[in-house]
Amino acid sequence: MSKHLIIKGREVVEDDWQVLRLAEPVEGAPAHDPATVAVPAGKFIVPLSLWLVQREVLAARTAAGEIAVWIAPDERPETLKGLLDQFPLIAVDFPKFTDGRGYSIAYNLRTRLGWTGELRAIGDVLRDQLFSMQRVGFNAYAVRADRDPHDALKGLSDFSETYQASVDQKVPLFRRHARPAPVAANNDGAGI
Amino acid sequence: MYQYDQFDHLIIRERIAQYRDQVRRRLADELTEAEFLPLRLQNGLYMQRHAYMLRIAVPYGLLASKQMRMFAHIARKYDRGYGHFTTRQNIQFNWIELEQTPDILTDLASVEMHAIQTSGNCIRNTTSDPYAGVAADEIIDPRPYAEVLRQWSTFHPEFIALPRKFKVAINGAVEDRAAIAIHDIGLTVVRNDAGEIGFKFMAGGGMGRTPIIGSVIREFLPWQHLLTYTEAVMRVYNQHGRRDNKYKARIKILLKALGVEEFTRQVEAEWADLKDGPETLTVEEMQRVIDYFQPPAYKTLEDTDVVAAQAGNKAFANWVNRNVKPHKVPGYAAVVLSLKKTGVPPGDATAEQMDFMADLADRYSFGELRVTHEQNVVLADVEQSQLFALWQEAKAHGLATPNIGLLNDMICCPGGDFCSLANAKSIPIAAAIAERFDNLDFQHDIGEIELNISGCINACGHHHVGNIGVLGVDKDGSEWYQVSIGGAQGNNAAIGKIIGPSFSALQMPEVIDRLLQVYLRDRFEGETFAECVARIGIAPFKEFVYATPIAEKGGRLVGEDEYV
Repeated sequence: MSKHLIIKGREVVEDDWQVLRLAEPVEGAPAHDPATVAVPAGKFIVPLSLWLVQREVLAARTAAGEIAVWIAPDERPETLKGLLDQFPLIAVDFPKFTDGRGYSIAYNLRTRLGWTGELRAIGDVLRDQLFSMQRVGFNAYAVRADRDPHDALKGLSDFSETYQASVDQKVPLFRRHARPAPVAANNDGAGI
Repeated sequence: MYQYDQFDHLIIRERIAQYRDQVRRRLADELTEAEFLPLRLQNGLYMQRHAYMLRIAVPYGLLASKQMRMFAHIARKYDRGYGHFTTRQNIQFNWIELEQTPDILTDLASVEMHAIQTSGNCIRNTTSDPYAGVAADEIIDPRPYAEVLRQWSTFHPEFIALPRKFKVAINGAVEDRAAIAIHDIGLTVVRNDAGEIGFKFMAGGGMGRTPIIGSVIREFLPWQHLLTYTEAVMRVYNQHGRRDNKYKARIKILLKALGVEEFTRQVEAEWADLKDGPETLTVEEMQRVIDYFQPPAYKTLEDTDVVAAQAGNKAFANWVNRNVKPHKVPGYAAVVLSLKKTGVPPGDATAEQMDFMADLADRYSFGELRVTHEQNVVLADVEQSQLFALWQEAKAHGLATPNIGLLNDMICCPGGDFCSLANAKSIPIAAAIAERFDNLDFQHDIGEIELNISGCINACGHHHVGNIGVLGVDKDGSEWYQVSIGGAQGNNAAIGKIIGPSFSALQMPEVIDRLLQVYLRDRFEGETFAECVARIGIAPFKEFVYATPIAEKGGRLVGEDEYV
């Protein structure tokens, strides 16, 4: 079984989950049809649409902890309401890093659906978006295959303070710190 | 004005380090240009025709004199000695080297400034009334709320990759001087019957290819809920805004597609969950921010007739008439320094002028300045007794053209001379019109009129809401100009109507002249151009403009007549 490196928490670790994508033809089944695509043996993160139509077929493997699902930008995480507990992880796909819908999906999974397990970003996952991903509740990142996850790891510590509340920090800056009152206007030292 | 505390400084410092490393990785080819593009855009860095352009945020248009001096420094050290004030109250520099941008940010940070989110598909700088805090018709000073929004939206993790850019404007006076109706979110600070402060909340306005006036989605939102309600709007937009076509990706298209009722229902449903949550503003936090916007130490003075004191000085009287605005404190006035001198691109200022404006602010106006969305600069707190002295100084530096609100106080984008998005040049059109109507007596006779010019459909020059709007268009590689009339900004915001086929650059001054001739012929006494158009409609203008061919010098016909 193939192993690859991903970021979990703040560490680079080996991982043996594979992502099943419908667009990639699978031998023996017509591509693109979530009802008929066979999930090969092994640990697979499958499309939400596939799992929904094949949940009976996959029931035993899901119970055995070999099946997880990934959510596409145009899918609603609410579809999994009440079903989340059976998955070892949930993944959210970023087909392009400029498509920000995955951030709201993560927020909803954490705050509305109460998902506390592993939330993994997959797809076009790059260093410069990791800080925001972490803030909205991701805690695992399958960095794009052509990039070094050790380098990407640095993106998680770009900032040590933030203004607004999100999943990682539920209290905004103004409620966490007594911020100072204005001092008399100071126009000295114009900084040039 | 607001001053950074240790948290603001820390976030800006960490931002510079992050961006400096992004630039390093781009130069080392560790980042592709496609990957770097959204990163640099969210730092206001555009690739233009000739060089990079850096747009620096001026939060709600408010500047300290030391910040204006920093612009002069940047103009000299990193650019070609000038900068361009924009219709979103920011400033941009057109001749920037990528390698130097991290150092520019470090310089800016020393005066509590940055370029964060001045471009890209994220929440941009919140704009506001340039007379906030001093306007006689102000209900509530909107700046503290704009500052709260600035902090909340800065690096908001969930809204950094929206379908498209997102602009918020906030107004706190009876007259809308922030053009709220053409913003993605337009807020008006109001009081309800019980005297409580809140916001009339508009969404879905915008210009560009499909100009739309915003819709009110909540008549009264108590101020405590500003951030949670805005978050609800943003989440609905982030999830459901179109991403398949950049021209249909603004929130205005989503709101139109869903209808105001359904859009509002979705926002309210989203908000039900956020209401009274941790982002709910507290009295302590709001008071802390409001304390930064306390009025300066005004003297006890009385209003005076400054024009009478300089009897016979018509030039001064003209300037007072056009460039001096009322102030809520007796004995004070707000002064508009015109960046619309004929021969200078609208909104441009040299490093010397920036330093000089900073000096004027220190000597006449408590060290503060404001950038207006009409691309001028305001000294908001000038003693009336000092106006004559100020006028003489400003005049000597080319900043006292008495044309505020008149024909030559045009809004104009940088256009095809600089911008890689533009279909056509806009600055030469503005220059040709300005030259043709340079006569101030004529301009004063025409009176209040807004002439707005955009070099392309993105509408940075706000042509849709100009009383006369000019839009540069491209036809088979040549530049043409489409003219609309009847647009308006402010309380009666309206989208202009196109009068007919486009014109060539050389025809444009004559086209404007013909429009003005119809106005002069048909106006009632005291009626502005906009009021006249509203009364008689566009037909008489259209008829007259197209009645006879408009010939170029030498008699050759130009324009679409010839182009066919």
